[in-house]
Amino acid sequence: MSMLWILLLAAIPLVILAMFSGALLGFAEVRFKVEGNPIADQLNDILPQTQCGQCGYPGCRPYAEAIAAGEKINKCPPGGESTIAAIADLLGVEPEPLDAEHGVEDDVPLVAFIREEECIGCTKCIQACPVDAIVGAAKQMHTVISDECTGCDLCVEPCPVDCIDMIPVETTINDWFWQAPSNNLELIATDRQTVTGEPS
Amino acid sequence: MNLTLHRFHGGIHPAQNKEQSTHQPIKSIPLPSQLILPVRQHSGTPAKPIVSVGDSVLKGQVIAEAVGHRSVPIHAPSSGVVSAIEDRTTSHPSGLPELCIIIDTDGLEQWCEHPNLFNKTDCQSLSDLPNEEILEHIQNSGIAGLGGAGFPTALKLYKTKHHTHTLIINGAECEPYITADDMLMRERADHVIQGAQILLHLSEAKRCLIAVEDNKPEAIRALHESLQVLKVNPAIQIVSIPTVYPSGGEKQLIKILTGEEVPTDGIPADIGVICQNVGTAAAVYRAVYFGEPLISRITTATGDAIKQPGNYEVLIGTPLPHFLEHTGYIAQQPERIIAGGSLMGFTLPELNVPLIKTSNCILAPTTSELPLNDLAMECIRCGQCVSACPQGLLPHQLYWFSKAQDHEKAEQHNIFDCIECGACSFVCPSHIPLVQYYRHTKGEIRTERLAQQKSEIARQRYENRNERLARIEAERAAAREARAKAKAEADALRAKQEAEAAATASPDSQIEDLERKILAQQDRVTKAQKSHQAAQEANLDTADILFKAVEKQQTKLQQLEQELIALRNNVTQEN
Repeated sequence: MSMLWILLLAAIPLVILAMFSGALLGFAEVRFKVEGNPIADQLNDILPQTQCGQCGYPGCRPYAEAIAAGEKINKCPPGGESTIAAIADLLGVEPEPLDAEHGVEDDVPLVAFIREEECIGCTKCIQACPVDAIVGAAKQMHTVISDECTGCDLCVEPCPVDCIDMIPVETTINDWFWQAPSNNLELIATDRQTVTGEPS
Repeated sequence: MNLTLHRFHGGIHPAQNKEQSTHQPIKSIPLPSQLILPVRQHSGTPAKPIVSVGDSVLKGQVIAEAVGHRSVPIHAPSSGVVSAIEDRTTSHPSGLPELCIIIDTDGLEQWCEHPNLFNKTDCQSLSDLPNEEILEHIQNSGIAGLGGAGFPTALKLYKTKHHTHTLIINGAECEPYITADDMLMRERADHVIQGAQILLHLSEAKRCLIAVEDNKPEAIRALHESLQVLKVNPAIQIVSIPTVYPSGGEKQLIKILTGEEVPTDGIPADIGVICQNVGTAAAVYRAVYFGEPLISRITTATGDAIKQPGNYEVLIGTPLPHFLEHTGYIAQQPERIIAGGSLMGFTLPELNVPLIKTSNCILAPTTSELPLNDLAMECIRCGQCVSACPQGLLPHQLYWFSKAQDHEKAEQHNIFDCIECGACSFVCPSHIPLVQYYRHTKGEIRTERLAQQKSEIARQRYENRNERLARIEAERAAAREARAKAKAEADALRAKQEAEAAATASPDSQIEDLERKILAQQDRVTKAQKSHQAAQEANLDTADILFKAVEKQQTKLQQLEQELIALRNNVTQEN
């Protein structure tokens, strides 16, 4: 056998292997195709779903899609630092401080409250609410279902008589939990005396 | 029948401090003028008040009914008048107010009708009755676990898919200072044994173990004597277990007696065990045999600031100041009253709170007896907490994760298996309040989970709304299209009908019709010419447009004239 034949014989199995692998990959691409955008889905799960639009997108889902497409991760004030940290963790990027341009993180969760005697029943707030948390009808008093309200304050602006307040959610005995201990762990003994005013 | 006892991991041996409160028998205190009854004294859904302000109530009358399964009713502990139903501070570490029913007592102690189970059903023994009926009686008697957690008793006994092989009556009472169960067993051993028998009957377990720590020999003796006198079910056995804190913890006690461990996120029933407190057993006995709902309990008053430390039978709802007054409390500076024992109890943020179904101990220590928490020092990773943890957790790791707010890691290290017994804090050489860190972290994780659930609901509502808006928009568009289509069809139909009418009409009438149209068209042409002229004279920009209009009208006129000529030709030819 000439040298050429040997080379050809060696090439044949390689070609067969390449064709087989190609077919396998092609099949897998069709068979295991992922519908939708899984990264956007995961991001959407992390976002707080207030649908407030403070990020500049018309809801959490669009912002999640924008992040998946390369948008900055620090535009969500309701989620705050913890959401940014979670997104950074998911995407494997460095967490950034919250972009103050889009608002600041609230210390306490807020909920919309309609002063019902002032409501004129214009339905403007109902149309503005992204999660259908306001009930009422034209020329009838409206009220907020506080359990469903995400505190996005999108209803405040459209109200022609300014009868909607954002009030902080009060802690009740049901959702109270222990405070973290406050101590002077970081102080050495001599410093403690000056801080607490008593010998340790 | 000899039982092999097992050991649980860790545990501590703190000073018992139980002796102070066992010198005197169980006493009662005078009836308070007011009783404060929170609607939630058990773990689960708060009960719903069914009385109104001004109602007269009798002792034992239901004043709030259970809501759902995980709830128990509340009964009036004495007769009197409901003076208010309002938010009051209760025996809770938060010091936040919650709904309470306030009864002004009348001092008559007048009972409502309270038949025992046998009179109520006309039956002689428990075996004549279906279990459901007994359980309902227990549930209606408002009995929730008296050991401290306050889990509705009947709920534990409902049949589950797991077969119960062992019923444990928990008389370990391992926490320092508390002696309420000890004194109950000493003085009312028969109640405990009879209660155990009822519970054994209900649970259909093969054996019933009454477990008592060996630091309570009097209680063990009393139980044995009572067992002999009563000649009850031989499956009931009294077990003396070694004294080590926290052997009274449900999971620890199960481990000691059966060698089995309750799985994470599981309950004892999953491994065929039911655990009930001795106080609960006695309450069940009183409910079944005397028809007495849970309106009183035994509470230990102890600590160096109490002049007459001991155990007191108190009505549920007794205000703490009244209780302290009759146990000889000497006011301390700073004032510190602990609800519970020295290891798991919490300092009450306010004194004007009621004693509730789960108040097993009121500890009023002096500062020298229980010094205020020393300032904590750094964790030195000595590992003593690891050796002490009865749950086999890594407390120092949990501490680091809690401090760093690394909730995921804390959960991975099973922070929710922590029973908050305080053994780790007790042994910590750096005096770190470890349990408080865990409580805080657990709370934060729970809050986070709730927020997650809420955001999930918000997401669904948002998506549903968007879907609805899109659907409405699509419906509107479809309706618009349908209208346009209908109009087009109607127009076509009319045009067709006109053409048909024209075709069928006689030539003469057609000619007349055309002549009329031509006249009208001539009119239009003159009108158009006039307006064109007017515009030209005024030198308006519209003149050009108007000129085009004139041309258009003229072409139309020509067309009509040609049509008329053609028609006339046709007519002459035909003739």
